Amino acid sequence: MPITVRIPTYLASFAGGRNMLAIDGSPATVAETLTMLWKEYPGLQDRIVDEQGAVRQHINIFVGDEAIRFVDGLSTKVPANAEVLIVPAVSGG
Amino acid sequence: MPKVKHVSAKNGDVIVLVGTMKGAFVLRSNKARKKWDVGGPYSIGAPVYAMAFDQRQGRRRMWWAQQSFQWGTVLCSSDDYGKTVTEPEAYSVKFPEESKLTLKNIWQITPGRKEDPDTLYCGVEPAALFESHDAGKTWAPVEGLLNHPHREKWQPGGGGLCLHTIVPDATNPKRMMIAISTAGAYRTDDGGATWQARNNGVRAEFLPDKHPEFGQCVHKVVQHRDRPERLFLQNHWGLYRSDDGGNSWKDIANGVPSDFGFCMTTHPHDPETVYIVPIESDQYRCTPEGRLRVYRTTNAGESWEPLTRGLPQKNAMETVLRDALATDTCDPAGVYFGTRSGKVYGSSDNGKSWKAIIEGLPAVVCVKAAWVGDDGKNLPRRHRDTEKSKSVKRSKPAKRKGAGRARAAR
Repeated sequence: MPITVRIPTYLASFAGGRNMLAIDGSPATVAETLTMLWKEYPGLQDRIVDEQGAVRQHINIFVGDEAIRFVDGLSTKVPANAEVLIVPAVSGG
Repeated sequence: MPKVKHVSAKNGDVIVLVGTMKGAFVLRSNKARKKWDVGGPYSIGAPVYAMAFDQRQGRRRMWWAQQSFQWGTVLCSSDDYGKTVTEPEAYSVKFPEESKLTLKNIWQITPGRKEDPDTLYCGVEPAALFESHDAGKTWAPVEGLLNHPHREKWQPGGGGLCLHTIVPDATNPKRMMIAISTAGAYRTDDGGATWQARNNGVRAEFLPDKHPEFGQCVHKVVQHRDRPERLFLQNHWGLYRSDDGGNSWKDIANGVPSDFGFCMTTHPHDPETVYIVPIESDQYRCTPEGRLRVYRTTNAGESWEPLTRGLPQKNAMETVLRDALATDTCDPAGVYFGTRSGKVYGSSDNGKSWKAIIEGLPAVVCVKAAWVGDDGKNLPRRHRDTEKSKSVKRSKPAKRKGAGRARAAR
């Protein structure tokens, strides 16, 4: 079953203007979900992860209501039909 | 979001690029430089520490670094002063995976020599130099500096471990000077393969050894293309000149109210003329005595004179950062600087008189200026500032002994 990835408005311009993206396939983890996302929308990769593949410090990724930071990071499991949210943290000044 | 305005510039106009903590602005005037149009903001809300204007080979290309707390730092460009912005899908300036480094910010964008019209450089944080030889399409780190044996001992300054100054030698394509806070000045003479620390004579006030091989907090180095062996350096405490390409440095803080400061720029046509904005101390980091004064030397640092006409001389606790002072290439030259309080001042007469171009911007971190269409061939080169012919009273050198103790007491 497809996974739905929600992205913020700024990133939508790198995904054909859409905020909700369907990932076909069955990614088991957030890392696999993101890898599939990059293939479809390459402009998202450098904005969400750094050169070393780590999620940028001020970006939060949720699987459902759970922040992956407090679960297993990029190894966090993604159940079928899950919704993955990518949201900028409240930061700056 | 603010409404974005655009400017158009034609040959003969002057543009001033202003990077702020909340986006980039473009100021445009004609050669009289009396009235200014304001374009921007671009990269709204993003700190823009580095901007550049590349007009080699007929380009009119504006570059800037868009830093985002969330999305990282990306190099953007525009060929029409911001109306159309190119923000690449994949970031072009990034560290290779094996380096284990991640880009925090781009502090400097420098077009290469005019003989290398497709070459550009970026100085970044953590300290590294990137180069492009295809007009900015692709970039790679300069390995000789990335793998420098000193790297593990470089320490970040207040702004981070940043490579903020890039000086490609005007005549020797193999030579370049760079500066890192806090590692000091380094020079290559072999096109970037190897780099040697060039801090002989530059003090590190904050270290037990005041004159180490490296570790100085150099804030800016400038060179005049007509006299490339001569360099000027604004240090974190210290004002210096080198007459041997950076092999050695001589103190030239002769009569300035403080030898602490960030910014420095040369006059476009006179290799003896340099501008700085002294700052009271590294504790206070504001203009001394509440007076906003640009200081100018017209004799390569033998003496300095304050330039105050049109600048506030009361209650002006301003800070002008390392990349926020620039000249255009007109004759007489335009001189521009921006403050952390969001003001941009300009002079159209070599610094003799000043006027606020705009106030109320976000904190200014970068100012660059250009005379649109100046290909460096047909425009006047001779410095015609009549002030230069006036005799300038030589001031006594700033007292050196005990200066460190006085600062430590602050």
